[in-house]
Amino acid sequence: MKIHIKNGRVVDPQSGVEKVQDVYIAAGKIAAVGVPPSGFHANRVIDANGLVVCPGLVDLSARLREPGFEHKATLESEMAAAVAGGVTSLACPPDTDPPLDEPGLVEMLKYRARGLNQAHVYPLGALTLGLKGERITEMAELVDAGCVGFSQADVPLDDNLVMLRAMQYATTFGYSVWLRPSDGGLSRSGVAHDGQVSTRLGLAPIPVAAETVALSTMLLLARETGARVHLCRLSSAEGVEMMRQAKALGMNVTCDVSANNVHLSELDIGYFDSNYHLVPPLRSLRDRDALRHGVEDGTIDAICSDHTPVDEDAKQLPFGESEAGATGLELLLALTLKWAEESRISLPKAIAKVTTDPARILGIGTVAVAAGANADLCIFDPKLRWKVEPSRLKSQGKNTPFAGYELMGRVLYTLVGGHLVYEA
Amino acid sequence: MAGNPQLNANGELHHLLTIEGLPRDIIVRILDTAHSFLSLTEREIKKVPLLRGKAVFNLFFEPSTRTRTTFEIAAKRLSADVINLNVGTSSQSKGETLLDTVANLSAMHADMFIVRHAQSGAAHLIARHVAPYIHVINAGDGRHAHPTQGLLDMFTIRHYKQDFTRLRVAIVGDVLHSRVARSQIHALTSLGVPEVRVIGPRTLLPNHVSELGVHVFHDMAKGLKDVDVVIMLRLQNERMNGALLPSAQEFFKYYGLTPEKLASAKADAIVMHPGPMNRGVEIDSSVADGNQSVILPQVTFGIAVRMAVMSILAGSG
Amino acid sequence: MRMPEAESLLSQLADSMRKHVSADTALIGIHTGGVWLAERLHRSLGLKQPLGTIDVSFYRDDYESRGLHARVKPSSIPFEVADADVILVDDVLFTGRTIRAAINELFDYGRPQRIRLAALVDRGGRELPIAPQFLGVEVRVADNEQIELQKSADGRLSLVLTPMPALERK
Repeated sequence: MKIHIKNGRVVDPQSGVEKVQDVYIAAGKIAAVGVPPSGFHANRVIDANGLVVCPGLVDLSARLREPGFEHKATLESEMAAAVAGGVTSLACPPDTDPPLDEPGLVEMLKYRARGLNQAHVYPLGALTLGLKGERITEMAELVDAGCVGFSQADVPLDDNLVMLRAMQYATTFGYSVWLRPSDGGLSRSGVAHDGQVSTRLGLAPIPVAAETVALSTMLLLARETGARVHLCRLSSAEGVEMMRQAKALGMNVTCDVSANNVHLSELDIGYFDSNYHLVPPLRSLRDRDALRHGVEDGTIDAICSDHTPVDEDAKQLPFGESEAGATGLELLLALTLKWAEESRISLPKAIAKVTTDPARILGIGTVAVAAGANADLCIFDPKLRWKVEPSRLKSQGKNTPFAGYELMGRVLYTLVGGHLVYEA
Repeated sequence: MAGNPQLNANGELHHLLTIEGLPRDIIVRILDTAHSFLSLTEREIKKVPLLRGKAVFNLFFEPSTRTRTTFEIAAKRLSADVINLNVGTSSQSKGETLLDTVANLSAMHADMFIVRHAQSGAAHLIARHVAPYIHVINAGDGRHAHPTQGLLDMFTIRHYKQDFTRLRVAIVGDVLHSRVARSQIHALTSLGVPEVRVIGPRTLLPNHVSELGVHVFHDMAKGLKDVDVVIMLRLQNERMNGALLPSAQEFFKYYGLTPEKLASAKADAIVMHPGPMNRGVEIDSSVADGNQSVILPQVTFGIAVRMAVMSILAGSG
Repeated sequence: MRMPEAESLLSQLADSMRKHVSADTALIGIHTGGVWLAERLHRSLGLKQPLGTIDVSFYRDDYESRGLHARVKPSSIPFEVADADVILVDDVLFTGRTIRAAINELFDYGRPQRIRLAALVDRGGRELPIAPQFLGVEVRVADNEQIELQKSADGRLSLVLTPMPALERK
């Protein structure tokens, strides 16, 4: 199918180009940008006047809930949510049921995802069997089946010897290890940031030390082993500072932050609203501001949605008993644009944080609006205001802390492999 | 964020969930009304007909005989019908969700729920989901709040000391896990007590407790110096298991209220305890039974205060 | 319309009661105006039984619609009600509902031998079969007006006519 995208404002973080140009798509690739290829006859013309044309979003963490948690969400609903959010590539954590520690499960997931013909799914394999933190998984087999890295999801890995060995094994093959810094003992039974809100509300606290203690261990072991480590979902000012220092020392580490922590703080919990029960927890305003600066100065490489659909029954419980997590695929773009506007960041730089930068971390090749690149594109109206209404989200998870927020920036078209997979 | 979930559109008290954020005049009104209910105990008929025909459900997800009994007595003295549900043994454990349990009970024409739960925020969750005519009283949720206890403690202090604005009050013990302490701190600061102190080992005081407006002491003698009111908190046995304390003996030696330690306080200081007491752990028997102790009157005041809360709530439509 | 002089009414009321009270008679004033009157009557009549005061907030029949009264005062009956010869004292008698509530409350203290009613002013408008045995004066005022007993700093009582706030009926 040949597609002609007319008059859109092309934003290509790869080259730094930001210009109103036409884009020509054929055979699943971008055939040309600006000047049409000779003899190009479009089957479909998209009028992108006033719209932005950028690479499809790359989300470093989106839970699809298959296999095992189909009452929370299914591939059908979550893949639809992804493309509605302009996401064309996503990495999913291994904490499914059973966890993704067997090649067969990964193959099945990839097969199912491919069949839906929507976003590209890049599974992260379990670092240890069953995520139990004892035995390492068959990493090479899992990569053959389609994994792009290895992770413990939100399950703490407290045996440092196992962590060391897992990293060593991964470096044998050059695989990346994705870890969320959270010390099991210090975060055990905690449900909210150790601060003024948890003190007033009587919620079991999770101190910042739970992140920094684990982060320092992970950084030291990464340095020791030379492993390529990606730290997931920073939440604290001290954590950002540690990453800054690690990068200054030339360490081969990257990190991301959830869009939730970029915008929200402990104060948003209000009267025990479990939509704000998240992992990592929402911390203080000071932490939130440090995270925002970290994204701005490049210490934090990418913003992700940390999409985690939770069924209503699991949220309609007292805060401490409720399941943590927020739906987010459909909000990633608008929340990134909101951060950019508030922090006065240019559009190409902001879009880089959810396209080229996460693509580099995932290792999925060039993501660009340029001739020869895959036609994975997101076309959005940067000026369109919309209200977040949970019932109208495509995700089965209606659990969003941004319910009722008015956001700016709405996806109108999404293309994957040259096919129009979403049209608003 | 919504407005105060405890108040209705007219600013009247509709639920009692926490003392935090409660307007001062509502707190004072509860204390004044409780004062009127006290005189009932001297009559032959200790009942008034205010809540006749109303059904009060005691929803105790966390067991407690003492608190449940005082609420039951208070409700019956208002002529209400009282149903007791120890939910741990009934449908909850069969997998029915908290909100389903509440919905089923509402369908049985409940007018008021008195809720105790092990999780902070449970009463707020229930209040958000009940029909508009049902009132919810928080009888203790996790570590968060126990507002009727806080109110009866204020009533006790007012009874013996009259003027809040001249007092030093010390709260001693496991503040970290204590919903009673949090409610007391909010009430004391709302009523204008100029100095509220918390005394305990570091492990039992929340890291950010000073942000609640209290002075922190780890030395009991210094902490009790010249105080007018000493409130002792109960120490639970589990604290020894969580690496919070080494032993009850060491706790008693440094933080247990003995006549010697009490001597630092003013000579006419009163000693309070929300109960039940662990004699020899947080408080010495001679002090608990001594003439500065007002622990038994607290119980009587508790019934009057709960009657006041229920009658103010039920009257707000 | 001019309100009668409360102080002279009070004297007349006391005089009318004098021959009908004994050493056993107990006065109970209904908060707030009734208490002021009862205090004065108690002194003037030289009664032996201590004075009682009653607040009917917990017995009113309009709790459902109006809620609990904003200022509840404690009731105090410092004598044995069982078999007592009681006179309830109220300032302005209107619908009779306050008296009904006071009688109900009194019976929760015990079973009196008899209850009589003394009022300073009867403004009519009864909604229950209640009548005073001792009365100062009958007065008719409009539905949207109310008669209030007031006490000045030096203790002098007076009657004033004020507009009735909406929904206020006694």
